[in-house]
Amino acid sequence: MEKRKIKQNPRVWPQGIKIGLIGGIVEVLLALIGMVEAFSQRDIIGQVISMGHTLLLLVAVFVGYLAAKRTARSEPFGVVVHSSLSGLILGGLLALLVIGGSLVNLRKVFINASPALFKLLTFDWTIGASMVLLLGAGTLSGLLGGLFYLRPGLTRRVWITSLGWVVMVGVLQDLLRPTFALWGPLAIINEWLFSANGLTLQGAGSLFILVALVTTFWAKRGRAIQTGFRGLSAARQRGLRITGYILLLSLLLILPQVLGLFLSEVLTIVGLYILLGLGLNIVVGYAGLLDLGYVAFFAIGAYTLAVLTSPELGFFHLSFWGALPFVIVMGVLSGVLLGIPVLKMRGDYLAIATLGFGEIIRILVLSDFLRPWLGGAQGVGKIPKASIGSVEFATPQEIYYLILAGCFLVGFISWRLRDSRLGRAWMAVREDEDVAQAMGVNLVATKLLAFATGAGFSALSGAIFASKLGSVYPHSFNVMISINILCVIIVGGMGSIPGVVVGAMALVGLPELLREFAEYRLLVYGAVLVGMMLLRPEGLWPEAVRRRELRQGESIEKESESSSGPQTE
Amino acid sequence: MLQRWRERITPTDIIMWSIGGAILALMIWGATATLTMGRYSSHHWFDFVIFGLAQGSIYALIAMGYTMVYGILRMINFAHSEVFMGGPYTAYFVAAAFYSSGFLDRQPIISLLVIFIVSMATSTLIAVLLERIAYRPLRNAPRLVPLITAIGASFFLQYTFRGLYGSGFQAYPVVKILEGEWLLGAFRILRFQAVVIVAAALLMAALYSFVQRTRVGKAMRAVSEDKDIAWLMGIDIDRMIVTTFVIGGMAAGAAGVLYAVMFKQVHFFMGFIPGIKAFTAAVLGGIGNIPGAMLGGIFLGLFESVGPSLFLDGLGIVAPYQLKDAIAFIMLVLVLIFRPTGLLGERLAVKKA
Repeated sequence: MEKRKIKQNPRVWPQGIKIGLIGGIVEVLLALIGMVEAFSQRDIIGQVISMGHTLLLLVAVFVGYLAAKRTARSEPFGVVVHSSLSGLILGGLLALLVIGGSLVNLRKVFINASPALFKLLTFDWTIGASMVLLLGAGTLSGLLGGLFYLRPGLTRRVWITSLGWVVMVGVLQDLLRPTFALWGPLAIINEWLFSANGLTLQGAGSLFILVALVTTFWAKRGRAIQTGFRGLSAARQRGLRITGYILLLSLLLILPQVLGLFLSEVLTIVGLYILLGLGLNIVVGYAGLLDLGYVAFFAIGAYTLAVLTSPELGFFHLSFWGALPFVIVMGVLSGVLLGIPVLKMRGDYLAIATLGFGEIIRILVLSDFLRPWLGGAQGVGKIPKASIGSVEFATPQEIYYLILAGCFLVGFISWRLRDSRLGRAWMAVREDEDVAQAMGVNLVATKLLAFATGAGFSALSGAIFASKLGSVYPHSFNVMISINILCVIIVGGMGSIPGVVVGAMALVGLPELLREFAEYRLLVYGAVLVGMMLLRPEGLWPEAVRRRELRQGESIEKESESSSGPQTE
Repeated sequence: MLQRWRERITPTDIIMWSIGGAILALMIWGATATLTMGRYSSHHWFDFVIFGLAQGSIYALIAMGYTMVYGILRMINFAHSEVFMGGPYTAYFVAAAFYSSGFLDRQPIISLLVIFIVSMATSTLIAVLLERIAYRPLRNAPRLVPLITAIGASFFLQYTFRGLYGSGFQAYPVVKILEGEWLLGAFRILRFQAVVIVAAALLMAALYSFVQRTRVGKAMRAVSEDKDIAWLMGIDIDRMIVTTFVIGGMAAGAAGVLYAVMFKQVHFFMGFIPGIKAFTAAVLGGIGNIPGAMLGGIFLGLFESVGPSLFLDGLGIVAPYQLKDAIAFIMLVLVLIFRPTGLLGERLAVKKA
């Protein structure tokens, strides 16, 4: 034991300093890229703290927490020293930034190093006073993080969840306010919770207490409720489950009426990505064929609908429903057609060839050469809306139902396909192509069917997209869409249907909600992608098999723990 | 013999070959039509070729980074395009300072050298940080996971640079000695294009000989051949991977300055298209293969600049230059149909990427 302590001590100090330095660099970067200043427009709690300061404080506290975790383990004195030290260093780096800013004009290079930024950092105090302020605030937040580390697990969780909710409600205030306002009697919440900018003090306090109570209750009683559910008879469990599904379904059905126009629009976008994700999930998730040109089929679907229905081009005058079968046939055909040349390619060769196809389609559509037929850069307009009888799917709230129906259809198909003979063949190909072939899987047919099915789904969503917008433009179909869809299914959990839904909500829905911070949306998106993959490589809602594969070590440990548990007792 | 041949050919093969044949026939037809039409003189063709070579050698330099990282980690380093962007964008401020102080005109060679060094250093730093933060923890993760991380890192870097330096185009200062033309017999050649080609060739030769000739290069190749065995031989795997990223970053940083010299502007999004093209070039040459990446880059650059006029004009297609990217990708698909592992790659694709 003693030997270990001696060995550890010299390494502990640099650790704390290193974490402080990294945290400081992150804070300086946040300030210089303008995030702090932009976020300061918005108050989390009105007149008390802005989003920008919240961001800085959260990073500092987190650094203190990390320093405590990495160094002293559970020895209170060490924790306090190390976390305050890292906080001090972090504050020091910010102070350096302020000094640097006052000495030279950083703005020549860093356009966001504006006077407003320095005012935010120093509260307009003199240099000396602001140095003391920054160093003190850094040390205090670091210390806070360290103390936080020393609290027991439950307290930590309750604090994190409640603070998280307060911050989240503060960030999303502009969305929540009109939504609450829609609900007649519930509009009172608005007055209690929100001031003109940010939460009110009493609103934040009561929200915090409410969430804290719920979290504590769930932590204490949640397991009892779960075991209670398991204890019920099979029939009653099933009954409860079905009730749950029905509740969920009815919730989905009334959702757009409840949420209002903007949120419904977000929902339709998420829905389209779910449709696309389900299609790509078959190609990448089931069959393991890395397709980076998936947007090609989306474009083909949209343009087929446009050509068949738009009076602007004037070739055909079908209705949406009349054109839909052709769209899907066209999608499937193009899936096969583009699938044939890439049959022999593997892995990344396949990825880049499909990416090439996606680009070729977009460039062709954009070119003047095909302009008489496809409209060139101006796109095609006047695409009719879908309608059933006298009901027209025009506003986002109505199109939502169209997309919901599509999602259910496609979700059902891919759910049934997964365990079918074909689905098992796909997974065999995914795991090992050569072995699958040796086992009698017809590689050509299996791969082509994967491409065709995925392409059909994609074309369907393309058609819905075109009728939703009423027009199609080549610029809507660039590589980024393919990449985003791939991110959705991998972040959700490859091969998992609920994963696609969760992934689309997380990667498409959340950024849409934060549209007002457009400049930093993709930055955060990128950081979240990296963080997600580092912390949860199997995705948010992985397929059971994959989770077991990726978490093999841990689950074996857990199993042995649980199996040895009763024996020792 | 013939019997066995017939058994092995499947309908899909026939379809594939006929697609390939049809594209080839179209290309030949278009080329002969254009050449007989005589719209372009030999001077035009020379210009096209030189421009293609210049652009292609930039692609080739970037592609080296892709291919080396792929060879050693088996992953598409999607964020390499941001490594390429970060260097010249940072060096822009040095260049602008030199320009406004008049140093650029007085000492053009020295200032260009400094700009190169700043750009290469920044790119290298980004590449190394990327490896340390985003890729190293995922060494043993399934193949698609690092790809997503790389995509995320790419977004993050793009918008970080946008936040730091602003979202507008920055005009790179003009270096006077690189303006004008040189005469090469009867042909004129734009100076900066010639400089780009020569500089890129020198750099590629230097980097290639580093990988081929030195001890460190040998160790790098050993690691990309087989990590475990290399480790048993006493090679520090982590250090070799970092070295790979350093070399890739240096090549990308240099390519970035060449790009800025050629197109005279930088932008936070400038890495995206060249990045995709360079990756295409790396695949075209056979990914994991360094000479393949160079060959693929130059091949792609040439096709992009010569292709539209050569193949499409004769077919009577309007505004053929809009389709240059489509030509590049069609070439790629065509090459992959006949050689599914790229021009020079053999071993890798069989070994299961």
